[in-house]
Amino acid sequence: MNYFKFFSLPQQFNVDLSLLETNFRAIQSASHPDRFVTCTSAEKIASMQTATLANEAYLTLKNPANRAKYLLLQQGIDAIDEKNTQMAADFLMQQLEWRETLDDAKHAKDLDTLENLLAEMQTEANILQDDLADYFDEKQDNVAATDTTRKLIFIDKVCADIHKAIEHLE
Amino acid sequence: MAYSDKVLDHYENPRNVGSLDKNDPNVGTGMVGAPACGDVMKLMIKVNDSGIIEDAKFKTYGCGSAIASSSLVTEWLKGRTIDQAYAIKNSEIAEELALPPVKIHCSVLAEDAIKAAVADIKAKQLAAKVAA
Repeated sequence: MNYFKFFSLPQQFNVDLSLLETNFRAIQSASHPDRFVTCTSAEKIASMQTATLANEAYLTLKNPANRAKYLLLQQGIDAIDEKNTQMAADFLMQQLEWRETLDDAKHAKDLDTLENLLAEMQTEANILQDDLADYFDEKQDNVAATDTTRKLIFIDKVCADIHKAIEHLE
Repeated sequence: MAYSDKVLDHYENPRNVGSLDKNDPNVGTGMVGAPACGDVMKLMIKVNDSGIIEDAKFKTYGCGSAIASSSLVTEWLKGRTIDQAYAIKNSEIAEELALPPVKIHCSVLAEDAIKAAVADIKAKQLAAKVAA
């Protein structure tokens, strides 16, 4: 089942998030176990499967990196293929620098630096998402889209680690 | 997951961490990354006039197996020719460190970092020849 079709959305990177949310809630409530108390076990299983699919599809489409990965998979491209280690050297150099800043700030318990770094990451993520909309929806450029998706996954990892570091300090 | 003794040894006492002068015409740099884990590996090699690797340094952000893989290859690289270095296979690295299947990709990263560093030094040497 195609996740975009499942939520009656056009298959593209730019997604109407509020429509996604509305359609998800509708399917979720229609497949809620409480509605199937008096039904046959086959109907119960079917509704449970729908609810599970709805969750998975929602989480995939809601997150930009997951959505990009999914769009590429639909075209037979595995963005995180472990055999593909090639990425722009300047991007990787930047990654190492961000990682160093994060480690230093963590050890120094420097909350300001962590928050500045997080803001910087979010700006980067926004730029990459704009690029993805362009590559997927306008240019149909899968090569550039794959490269950008890989970068966004890296940025998301740094963001998650900054969040962890901040929580640890607070 | 339990790391092997060799992985722990390299992780706790990494060999050859650091950088070489990237502007040195005899230094080649290889940078690779794996988005799934967020691993980044930078490997630098210094080659003498006979094509033998004199020095190797690395900087890796990633899990213990990724750090151990890069630390191990810097030891292996010293004294080898660049062609011998290019021939190193990820399976040799994985076997030496007893990496479990889920960590094989760390050795792939190290092999690709060597290949990228060798390609970089070859490109530099070619450019120097063309300029000469």
